[in-house]
Amino acid sequence: MNSFDSSNGEEMSIDSAAQTNSLASVASAHTAARQPGNAPMGSGLEARGIHAWFGKHHALENVSLDFASGTVTALIGPSGCGKSTFIRTLNRMHEFIPSAAMAGEVLLDGKDIYSKGTDVTKIRLQIGMVFQKPNPFPSMTIGENVLSGLKLAQLKMSNKEDLMQECLERAGLWNEVKDRLGAHAGGLSGGQQQRLCIARALAVKPKVLLMDEPCSALDPGSTLRIEDTIGQLAQTMTIIIVTHNMQQAARVSDYTAFFLSEGGPGNMIEVGPTNEMFSRPRDQRTENYVSGRFG
Amino acid sequence: MTTKPAAPAPREITTKPRLSDRIFRGTVTGVGMLSLAILTLIGLFLALRGFQTFKTEGFHFITGVKWESVTSDSGKVTNNFGVGAMLIGTVLIAAVALVVGVPLSVLTALFLTFYAPERIKKFMVSVVDLMAAFPSILYGLWGFFILMPMVQYWAGLLYEYLRWIPIFNAPQPFFERSPFVAGMVLAIMIIPIVTSVSREIFAQTPLDRIQAAYALGATKWGMIKAVVFPFGSSGVVGGAMLGLGRAFGETVAVFTVLNIVFKVNFHILYGFGGNVASMIILKWGEAVGDETKALLAAGFILFVLTLLVNMLANFIVKRTLKSGK
Repeated sequence: MNSFDSSNGEEMSIDSAAQTNSLASVASAHTAARQPGNAPMGSGLEARGIHAWFGKHHALENVSLDFASGTVTALIGPSGCGKSTFIRTLNRMHEFIPSAAMAGEVLLDGKDIYSKGTDVTKIRLQIGMVFQKPNPFPSMTIGENVLSGLKLAQLKMSNKEDLMQECLERAGLWNEVKDRLGAHAGGLSGGQQQRLCIARALAVKPKVLLMDEPCSALDPGSTLRIEDTIGQLAQTMTIIIVTHNMQQAARVSDYTAFFLSEGGPGNMIEVGPTNEMFSRPRDQRTENYVSGRFG
Repeated sequence: MTTKPAAPAPREITTKPRLSDRIFRGTVTGVGMLSLAILTLIGLFLALRGFQTFKTEGFHFITGVKWESVTSDSGKVTNNFGVGAMLIGTVLIAAVALVVGVPLSVLTALFLTFYAPERIKKFMVSVVDLMAAFPSILYGLWGFFILMPMVQYWAGLLYEYLRWIPIFNAPQPFFERSPFVAGMVLAIMIIPIVTSVSREIFAQTPLDRIQAAYALGATKWGMIKAVVFPFGSSGVVGGAMLGLGRAFGETVAVFTVLNIVFKVNFHILYGFGGNVASMIILKWGEAVGDETKALLAAGFILFVLTLLVNMLANFIVKRTLKSGK
């Protein structure tokens, strides 16, 4: 697979020097506002030596990353570099693809989520996920969607109404839907649907939230709202976000990890505080990518 | 100030299709209309031939429960034809078939779609499809010799414990060749079509919804309840209606298993009953004159019943589609 065939080139400015500087300044402004690791209310997640295969195709090679409590980590890199595959190994969604295999360990609170005898549904309750394409349950109302996770996991609900409101508020959707909680979710706009999916993920109170390009199907206005939401959420949980949009990575994340596949399996090239990754990356390939020379 | 120019009249947009396209279009339209025409002609044939019966018997033909043609010594023929008992039997037997067959089919379809390993799945799909092609007389014989003894035992249990529900009661504990047995045989016969339609629709459940459910910590069963059933319910209803069509019209298997008696029997466990199709085949051989016409009229009733069920099915499918998607 050619790793340089990314389709997101249009997101990048040609004026690479200016681009890098502006991204770095965005990132440093963000980091100044909220120091990474200062809000250790969520839970840490550690990935150790993750490999992933699809059949014989080796998609991801030896990725180790620590996600500290209360931080936002952005995973960036061109298409086909394995970042989505990686994020899906973190809550065991990877194994749904037939022929998919993995090696390594993912530690949540120090326990390997792949260890024998683990109830995978309990893992996914603690590590929530928001997908690229908004996927609310169309047969349920807006309110039912928010609470669907509790119902699916057969958790008991006290104060349904309060929980519904709290989650919708945290997802930044409450004001838009409070008068039509009984309406079907299919009638919402794409951006609203995605925020509904975030609210739905929050209702089960996960410690970690994985976001796989949550804004790639949305308009700029909705994207901005979701980025605001991410900023709010990061105070109480660990967030890992895959994004093709480097501006977004700079705006929302404390740490950034750069993934790249150079013909072979995808590797994690470099990880660091977001402002450093955009201002003075250590690796030449990272610099090439963040400055828009490829990708 | 300038006035807005009047909007032009919309242009007529036409195209001149190529010859090959015209030929193909003609063929497709012709064949499509042909099946409609055949169906209409069959309905017309039955209605016309049965017309006299409808005229002489009137509404009594549907409500009446006797079927007799008596020739007196003077040669005068007195007819008394009514399909009421058989209609009730048709509905009862089909209901038993649906109540037993649809859950079995849905569970089979779920197993094949979400649980079965690939190799077992392929094998079972072909076996289930083969079941659909099986001649119904074989189902009838198998039902008579193999299934009936078992079903009699189950009927005994139902009679023992659920007798307080009127349809499970019986004047005497005589359970051989009952509508219940016939319904069981039909249940087996409709499994292939209902399973196959359900399987098709379950397999089309959008992957992103399935993943959404799993990502929220759903168990497989939870995912199926939250995602697969809402999505697939209309398909299951459609499949069940196809099965119902078969159950209404099934002749030979019912004829083989059931003890056909021209009397209303609401006690499904009790050993006699009938349905319209099997009545026609029972009486056809010896029928002459007016009775032949009456049998064709009965056929027309069955035709209309099936049509109504299909229309109802369409309505239900459309309504569930609207709320489900």
